[in-house]
Amino acid sequence: MDSTTLIDDIKTNVIQGRVTSDDEGFDEGFEGKPATVELVEKALEEGVDIKALIVDGLTGGMNIVGERFETGVYLIPDMLAAAEAVGQAMDILSPHLESAGVESKGKFLIVTVKGDLHDIGKNIVSIMLKGAGFKIVDMGTDVATDKIIEAVETHKPDFLGMSALLTTTMREMPNVIDGLKSRGLRDNVKVLIGGAPTSPEFTEKIGADVHCADAFQAVDYTNANA
Amino acid sequence: MTEQFRDGVIVRDPFKRLSDNEVKILDKASTDILENLGLQCFNEEAADIFSKNGCTVNKHDERSWLVKIPAKVLKDAVSKAPSKVILGARNPENRLMLDADTPRIYFGSGSETNIWLDAHIETFVSEKDRSKKKQLAVYTQKRGNIERLSIAARLAEQLEHLDFFIRPVNIQDEEINENNHDVNKFYYSLNNTSKHVMAGLTSLDQLDNIVKMAEIIAGGPEALKENPVLSFITCTVKSPLEMVDDATQKLIEFSKRGLPFVVSSSPQGGSTAPIQEAGMVAQINAEILSGIALSQMVNPGAPVIFGSVPVRARMDNLHDMYGAPEFNQYNLDCVQMARYYRVPCYSTAGVGDSSVPGMQASIEKMFTHIPIAMSGAQYIHYAFGLLDRTNIFCPAQAVLDNQHIGMIKKFLDTPKLGEDDIETVMGQIIKVFNSRQKLYARFTRKGLRDGSIYSHYPFESDGGDGIIEKALAGLEEILSRPVNSLEEDVQKKILEEVPGILSQ
Repeated sequence: MDSTTLIDDIKTNVIQGRVTSDDEGFDEGFEGKPATVELVEKALEEGVDIKALIVDGLTGGMNIVGERFETGVYLIPDMLAAAEAVGQAMDILSPHLESAGVESKGKFLIVTVKGDLHDIGKNIVSIMLKGAGFKIVDMGTDVATDKIIEAVETHKPDFLGMSALLTTTMREMPNVIDGLKSRGLRDNVKVLIGGAPTSPEFTEKIGADVHCADAFQAVDYTNANA
Repeated sequence: MTEQFRDGVIVRDPFKRLSDNEVKILDKASTDILENLGLQCFNEEAADIFSKNGCTVNKHDERSWLVKIPAKVLKDAVSKAPSKVILGARNPENRLMLDADTPRIYFGSGSETNIWLDAHIETFVSEKDRSKKKQLAVYTQKRGNIERLSIAARLAEQLEHLDFFIRPVNIQDEEINENNHDVNKFYYSLNNTSKHVMAGLTSLDQLDNIVKMAEIIAGGPEALKENPVLSFITCTVKSPLEMVDDATQKLIEFSKRGLPFVVSSSPQGGSTAPIQEAGMVAQINAEILSGIALSQMVNPGAPVIFGSVPVRARMDNLHDMYGAPEFNQYNLDCVQMARYYRVPCYSTAGVGDSSVPGMQASIEKMFTHIPIAMSGAQYIHYAFGLLDRTNIFCPAQAVLDNQHIGMIKKFLDTPKLGEDDIETVMGQIIKVFNSRQKLYARFTRKGLRDGSIYSHYPFESDGGDGIIEKALAGLEEILSRPVNSLEEDVQKKILEEVPGILSQ
């Protein structure tokens, strides 16, 4: 299989939202055939140009997925499946990116704040951002404020995304921002917040950069500020 | 003909309001009514048939006889009614199997309303603030006619969850009279839907013409027996307990010819029947059983359906009231009574007391749709588009009802717990458990596409009459689809051989 065909196949599988060969995809007739993960591994073995693979295969596929979502052909699960396929492909490719001359779009530290175990929204944002080409550092749930500040210091992310589902736990968010300020880190990172009880007013009050009502707003904001 | 029927939904463990003992108590009460009190019969032939079959028949007054049906006679006659009745259709895939022993439910339209409610959306501007505007529905009441009946049948053809067609609107064209009413209502129903068509018969004189029409469509007399593309409703009893002359004569004729029909009774709790559940059900059950018994005395095995339409009176105006808890109680009990006698049940649900479509109407409709569906009634009529009790048919509401009935059918669907199903979901659980993101979203994709997973409410709106606007858009799209008419040669033959059909 030549590299163009292989990249086209990867693009098709991203559009189909197929991570591995046992995924069904959107259209009929794909089950059992190699999917994004297998094809990316094969591309690495065959020395396919990684930059072309990412630009034409993964990003090209995601662009079409985005169009299909906009026109109502795809629903959220289709979008997430495609993003997950891209995310897993990027995991496989990550050790090779530097040598291939591929620059990351940016690093995104994502976390659910102290006292809160609700992470569905955070996980969706994480999948979507990874699919959009960002490097994700996911700290998980119920993470203490000090730990978040330390992580910002250590990982030096371009973005920090914080989520909370409860009115009681969202109160941790200003503590993180105050901590970042006191350590001189606030200006180095854009702070995104989200979760049911949060609002644009709360965002302004605590001094975060942007409120994201859903994962799409998070992707739009990070793409615009990458 | 192959054994092909619409799927319907088989309700697992149907909801029972009555205990087995309570069913027997009501059976005994109904039997006692017919044995000891009797019914007043205004049809001479029926009185004669009852008499010849072991009933006590005495002249009551100049026009009527008092018929007392001994318990054993009643039981023997009712036991001869078939437990399975097939209702045919122009398209054999639309045939219905009504089986008293199987709680397979079908939903259909009904009631011959006189008013057709059209709607359109207009923009209204606030008097206080001209920048504030709202989109609201404006309604126009029109009289039923052949054109609107045809549109209703076209709509019924396309509504996925409508399983049979009872015309929801009367035909009141100037040229319509008693002699051509039946041929026109059946013809314009059958020419616009390939689903089963059921209706009352206005004039017994027209029965030959209707049967001829049905035979032409089915492909001859024998084919009609296998695939009865139409059937009838007869309300033999005027509550309380008066067997009327005209409808009873039709019952006798349908029975003789072996044409499928419903023996329907519709007493009103609080006026023509006791308002108390026990009294209502004892009486309506006696009324229906008297008709079923008569049909089996005429022709043992005649395909007959237990037709229960018990309603409740509203006490400030004595109108029917459908969105009432008692309505559900009465109807649920009747479904159980029909099952006890092993006769398929024509039941009632989905009528709105509201006079306009939308929220109140849908709430009232769902309040009866859900429990009656859960009871496993085989043939649920009145389910589409009826408003203002049964006085108005609104096509936009029928579009909403189709959505809601689809949701009910889906909710009552058989659980999918086979080995393959378990294997599939266990695979998902393992995959997601071992993943970082713990999300099952992508495993919903196939089901969303093939419709096995409910997507979302398609008429949701931001307020105002957005729901009506969307229903109207749906209606417009449905009515733009090609009409499934009778084949041209069939139409031609009917028009040549059946007199009285008006051209459109």
